[in-house]
Amino acid sequence: MAKLQAGKQETRKPILSASPKSYARMADTAAGVIDREIFSCGKVYADELEKLFTRAWLFIGHESQIPNPGDFFVSRMGAESVILCRDRQKKIHVLLNSCRHRGMKVCLYDTGNTVNFTCSYHAWSYATDGALVGVPMEKALYEGMDKSQWSLIEVAQMANYKGTIWATWDRDAPPFLGYLGDVREHLDLVLDCRDGREGGSELFGGVQKWIIPSNWKLSAENFCGDTYHNPSHQSVDMVGLGASAAKGVKGRHDNELADAQHLWISYPGGHGIHCAMKPADSPYIPSFGDQNIIEDYFRHCHQERLARLGEKARMRPFVGTIFPNTSFNGRIPRSFSVWHPHGPTTTEVWRFYLVDKDAPAEVKTFLRRYYMRYSGPAGMTEQDDMENWNYATNGAMGTIAKRYPFNYQQSMNKAHRGDPVPGLVSTQVTEENARGFYRGWSRYMMDRNWPQIYAAEDRA
Amino acid sequence: MNGRGLPYFELKHQAEEFLYEEAELLDQRRFDEWLELFTDDLVYFMPIRRNVKFGEHAAHENTREGEDISWFEEDKATLSKRVAQINTGVHWAEEPLSRVCHMVSNVQLVEIRPAVEDAREIVVRSRFLIYQNRVEYESYFFVGKRTDLLRRENGRWKNARREIILDQNVLLAKNLTVFF
Repeated sequence: MAKLQAGKQETRKPILSASPKSYARMADTAAGVIDREIFSCGKVYADELEKLFTRAWLFIGHESQIPNPGDFFVSRMGAESVILCRDRQKKIHVLLNSCRHRGMKVCLYDTGNTVNFTCSYHAWSYATDGALVGVPMEKALYEGMDKSQWSLIEVAQMANYKGTIWATWDRDAPPFLGYLGDVREHLDLVLDCRDGREGGSELFGGVQKWIIPSNWKLSAENFCGDTYHNPSHQSVDMVGLGASAAKGVKGRHDNELADAQHLWISYPGGHGIHCAMKPADSPYIPSFGDQNIIEDYFRHCHQERLARLGEKARMRPFVGTIFPNTSFNGRIPRSFSVWHPHGPTTTEVWRFYLVDKDAPAEVKTFLRRYYMRYSGPAGMTEQDDMENWNYATNGAMGTIAKRYPFNYQQSMNKAHRGDPVPGLVSTQVTEENARGFYRGWSRYMMDRNWPQIYAAEDRA
Repeated sequence: MNGRGLPYFELKHQAEEFLYEEAELLDQRRFDEWLELFTDDLVYFMPIRRNVKFGEHAAHENTREGEDISWFEEDKATLSKRVAQINTGVHWAEEPLSRVCHMVSNVQLVEIRPAVEDAREIVVRSRFLIYQNRVEYESYFFVGKRTDLLRRENGRWKNARREIILDQNVLLAKNLTVFF
């Protein structure tokens, strides 16, 4: 094995001359070193909005947020506002929230129901399918206007995957399932019912949105499977957060994965996940202390899932990132996080929480309250992450500091392709997934075409 | 004075003193003593606020307790865990400890049960302005309204229910490590 490159960079070009080629140098995943500049530089950030967020598939929301015709939920793609809505024919659309006349937002609300989106400036009015239907004094002032040319701008492709809505601005992007590739199985583990039935999940009401003073990639990278950061959560492990915490039981989680082989898997396109493989025929491990209703429910789900999926039931989700900025927690908590770019050193996080639609009320209450105390800005676990990402970002700003790259050399050359499951698989704590994430990132930044973005890791 | 006599003002004074004393305990970081101000059946709730169309505020502006995801929906046991976490000294979001200042104002008695002369429960509304200064350069302002249910237990007032209305849509702080 080649000697690991030292964390030293003798000469570096000023970032203002960043060319596509320089992105390969900044994210040198073969050597396991990454330039700090990519976490703080305004030019890099502007390039990300232009080259990455206009092409990649992005998470928009969930169909359960817009059950009826006219329902809308205002979401984001990159740094821009979009409207997720259901038209009168019940068809779902994702539309840029910007009037074609002077660019005002045509929808000023977070959520609601409407017949039209009418701009507050000059009152151009759009139907829920995006069509321009009203222009004040049209006949007198806009003779011969073809309103069909001035609809709200609609995404190039949209996908509804088991209720989750995704979209891209790139009509040449692979269809959503092709974009996912083999990481799809892990998205299924998040979205499918706990008892193994396909789909069946929905969102709780209430989307947490907050601003964190950090670069969006640090969070996305963390959720790819940075298991190494566990020491920073020492305090919550000391006091206990799980179902039996009130009775003095320590730790963050239940025990379900106690007998599992943890796997970290990197996929073409930059996706990365951390999951766990249970032994064959492993028995249900009680995890909910004296909460009998919850325990009975999850024991029942475990048995049903085993009967339904057989060997496949061994795989359990943990966390992951669907490239570029949608992360998930797959178990308890069970959520999607979208790391919206909000500036070179600022991220707006949106957190959506999932539950099986037909779970008993007691289970929903238990999970909802657990999610809130684990995750988000009030989450006893995640608060420490926010602190880390904040100050890691600050550490990417110093003039001297930026001459020295970050070290991404953990468990180099230890991953195996397709063993025991598809993907580039690690069986020890690793930064292979982070390297895969930045390999994908640099390919977008270098304007690579889609086959090049999805090429094997040893090809530039 | 709308028939409000001395007993009413005495009661209001007690409510104000309760809230000021609480702010003092928090700002002095006496978190364990602060916890003692709450009853064992405490509800500590802070909804998320949405931008909604005129006329829909009552129905949809705030996330619902018992139904939706909010910022906080806590009981005494989980709130105690938050204090215990800070007291570990390795809760990095509060280590080193932030400098926090609680300002309380606009104290009003909304409900007195059963009567002023024999008050066993009072509903108290107030405004808060909380300033948090963290490490070197971070500062956050949390401004909003609270509604508390104070209950007399063994001769002293305790808080049985706190609803916190934070006047923000997108939370402009990275964390909610301060107590409200």
